[in-house]
Amino acid sequence: MEKLIRVDSRIIFAIITVAVVVSLVLRFELPIPASEPVQGVYEKIESLPKGAHVMIAFDYEPSSKEELQPMAIAFLHHCFSRDLKVIGMTHYPGAPGLAEQAMTSVASQYQKKNGEDYVFLGYKPGSTSLIINMGENLYTAYPKDFYGNDTTTLPALQGVESLRNIDFLFDLAAGSTIESWIVFGKEKYKFDLGAGCTAVIGPDMYPFLQSKQLVGLLGGLKGAAEYEALVNKKASAVSGMRPQSVVHVIIILFVIFGNVVYFTTRRARHA
Amino acid sequence: MRRDSNFFILVGSIGLFVCVNIVLMVSKKLPFNSQGFGIILAAGLTLAIYSFLYQDNPAFKIAENLYVGVSLGYTIIITWFNFLKPDLYDPLIVPIFSRAATQSPQYGLIIPSLLGTFMLLRFSRKLSWLSRWTFAFVVGLGAGVSIPRVISAYILEQIKPSLHPVFSGGETVLSSINTLLIMLGVISVLIYFIFSVEHKGAIGKVSKIGIWFLMISFGASFGYTVMGRLSLLIGRIQFLLRDWLGILQ
Repeated sequence: MEKLIRVDSRIIFAIITVAVVVSLVLRFELPIPASEPVQGVYEKIESLPKGAHVMIAFDYEPSSKEELQPMAIAFLHHCFSRDLKVIGMTHYPGAPGLAEQAMTSVASQYQKKNGEDYVFLGYKPGSTSLIINMGENLYTAYPKDFYGNDTTTLPALQGVESLRNIDFLFDLAAGSTIESWIVFGKEKYKFDLGAGCTAVIGPDMYPFLQSKQLVGLLGGLKGAAEYEALVNKKASAVSGMRPQSVVHVIIILFVIFGNVVYFTTRRARHA
Repeated sequence: MRRDSNFFILVGSIGLFVCVNIVLMVSKKLPFNSQGFGIILAAGLTLAIYSFLYQDNPAFKIAENLYVGVSLGYTIIITWFNFLKPDLYDPLIVPIFSRAATQSPQYGLIIPSLLGTFMLLRFSRKLSWLSRWTFAFVVGLGAGVSIPRVISAYILEQIKPSLHPVFSGGETVLSSINTLLIMLGVISVLIYFIFSVEHKGAIGKVSKIGIWFLMISFGASFGYTVMGRLSLLIGRIQFLLRDWLGILQ
């Protein structure tokens, strides 16, 4: 029993790795019902008319790509399939490569053109001051897009002067940007805000759902999988739910096993 | 002896990785072009980082340092082309020094540029006092902009759902129970954090309920964290099995 409690952690790593590989290779279906927060983002997009402006803030870097890139792709599928004008931007210097890849690859599937149907503004530092600047005038915050085009001439931005003219803003966040968008953007410039975030910060966002400061929330890979299922574009997030579920069961078993061993050895010591 | 065995494990792993890639390229599972070599590099770095789970080793250290260096270099380039060049160099520096420039220099940019430069003077003993001007500007502006917005978004807007009536018509029984739970949670946690009163009697009992609410909240956060970390592992293994080895479709 004493040996079991001091088991080499590498054995646990190996078990988890094998469980992930096996459950990825073996194909089995798991139900992925959409939760209320995910449904909130989906229904908001469904309610927008053709040509409405949706801004996506790609506020993440490659270290969070595995959770947020599937969300970005599923969300872009939904926007382009509903003929919405998509405006991309980011607060993170490591994001432009990922954002551009997601936007161009999904846009090409719907024959959408850069500058006409979507625009990628790129990265700017400043965080909260950038949000305030965009809230006052989008063109002074971003005089040029990511490719160096003059933003005042882009048809995709027609009718947009500032954040006040954005119909929906969706923040894909790996850090504290959702709070920044709420505090310095949504509350002042009155646009509807939804968010997708890494699982780590997910629980901190629930109070904003309760207060309706967020219309919806996609939390972690599970949120991405639910959205993929909703828009019928099942990809890496949905297939990631198999290992996620299997490993969660294994971890629960480990926790129960560890507690049983701990209390058994403690009782044996006191006896 | 132990050091020798670690060396052989490292060399053996690298040899195995090279052999696998040769087989993948010969069998045309990986294209013999920049995309193929990019996938091999990404696979190698992923495995090098995960090798730390076995033991700290030179392959992990190389990958770790490479990550720091590449991300810093990438950040510098992106900052230059996305921010410094279009917002400072092109509108201010180019028109001053280039006769071919079509627009006049935006001299208003000199003030923020100087304030930014003053930040860097913290490294100079003689001139570091200048950085205080920048800090004074940042702190003053930041506080002025933040305080009203934070009070509105974090306190006033958050109080509204806490004061939501338990039953005002139209709610389900479950949503009314949720509202009651939120009220109980807010009050008990607030009482737990009142340290000027001894936690005895009724106050002690309510603060214990607050501790339970806090523990459940920490447990939920930890559960989400486990899910998040696992998602990263799943993503990397998906990459290795699908993009590198071609096992998954």
